[in-house]
Amino acid sequence: MDLQFLWEGLLAITWQQAVMYVVGIVLIYLAIKKGYEPALLLPMGFGAILVNLPMSGVINQQMEGIGVVNGIIEWLFNVGIEASEALPILLFIGIGAMIDFGPLLSMPSMFLFGAGAQFGIFFAICVAVLLGFDIKDAASIGIIGAADGPTSILVSQVLHSNYVGPIAVAAYSYMALVPIVQPFAIRLVTTKKERRIHMDYKPGTVSQRMKIAFPIIATFLVGLISPQSVALVGFLMFGNLLRECGVLGNLSDTAQNTLANLITLILGITISFSMRADAFVNLDTLLIMFIGLIAFVFDSIGGVLLAKFMNLFRRKKINPMIGAAGISAFPMSARVVQKMAMEEDPTNVILMHAIGANVSGQIASVIAGGLVISLVAAYL
Amino acid sequence: MMENFLIALQIMVKGMVGIFVVIAILTLIVMLMGRISGSGKKEDEQS
Repeated sequence: MDLQFLWEGLLAITWQQAVMYVVGIVLIYLAIKKGYEPALLLPMGFGAILVNLPMSGVINQQMEGIGVVNGIIEWLFNVGIEASEALPILLFIGIGAMIDFGPLLSMPSMFLFGAGAQFGIFFAICVAVLLGFDIKDAASIGIIGAADGPTSILVSQVLHSNYVGPIAVAAYSYMALVPIVQPFAIRLVTTKKERRIHMDYKPGTVSQRMKIAFPIIATFLVGLISPQSVALVGFLMFGNLLRECGVLGNLSDTAQNTLANLITLILGITISFSMRADAFVNLDTLLIMFIGLIAFVFDSIGGVLLAKFMNLFRRKKINPMIGAAGISAFPMSARVVQKMAMEEDPTNVILMHAIGANVSGQIASVIAGGLVISLVAAYL
Repeated sequence: MMENFLIALQIMVKGMVGIFVVIAILTLIVMLMGRISGSGKKEDEQS
């Protein structure tokens, strides 16, 4: 009796696939043991193992005597990401429904830090080009600096980058590492004295009407200036409108919980399709991880330097660490900044300002994503 | 590579200007909305 089929699979494993099993296990370890973005890293880690098994049934296979057999993960990727970018876009409805723009609307000056902290995206694009990536891939890699997983996936997919998998892994990994990356970057460009600056918290009034008008006005304005951002900003603001309108409580709850959880669950395992060994195990992946780190560091530096620049013209100084909270990783970045402020001076509370900047970062990152697509398309 | 780098620099300049313009307009609109709703509230309180 020929039992060769029992070990055929084992003998077919390549060293690159073996590396991907290790990557998958590391992602699962980081998710469970360290709590780093577990909702995404765990499905991605497990998916990395699934798609790299020899002749895996989760991706399309040509079978002798049968023909092409469809695989579920490849189908999910083709339908949910490649054909329509539906999964990352739909996730924005849930994210929008979770965001309370109140702290930002009550302190409009915090808006600017969201813009300043996108600097890392563009700096990283330049670095990626210098390291030999073409404009399309460099822009896709730079968008890791948006500190926003769905935006990174969407932009890299729209630009037909060859590196969707490594970009998604880098984006989510560094978002999880914000408590380590940001303090390092902030300390590089601030003094102890600056980190001790106290800020008064005197929020303006925010009416319900204002909270309802804001998502509509923001979508309209961003759509006119950067049409490519409409899918991102529009769905983010649609989710927020569900939250703030006051008459769709059930839909808002569904968007925040059921919808967001369901899509997150599917998105993680779907994106693992791009983590096949042949596309993932190469020097470029390491370079992408390195450039992603640069993007996060320069996001923080850009925000801090903007705050320091604004301080040149202000009587009441801003704690420059607030600028670093202008990245999209919410609410982790705001918490990191508050923690750093209290380490320097236990009586210093700047959390609400940091949350305002952090929420602004969520808007600015999707605007940046749309702008990058538009600008790259104009140059191609 | 140099040609691509120059394009990347242009994307950087245009991208950052674009984000700041959009965000600055949003800031001004929100400030205006705050003023309007604030003065409306005061009028309500006076009446």
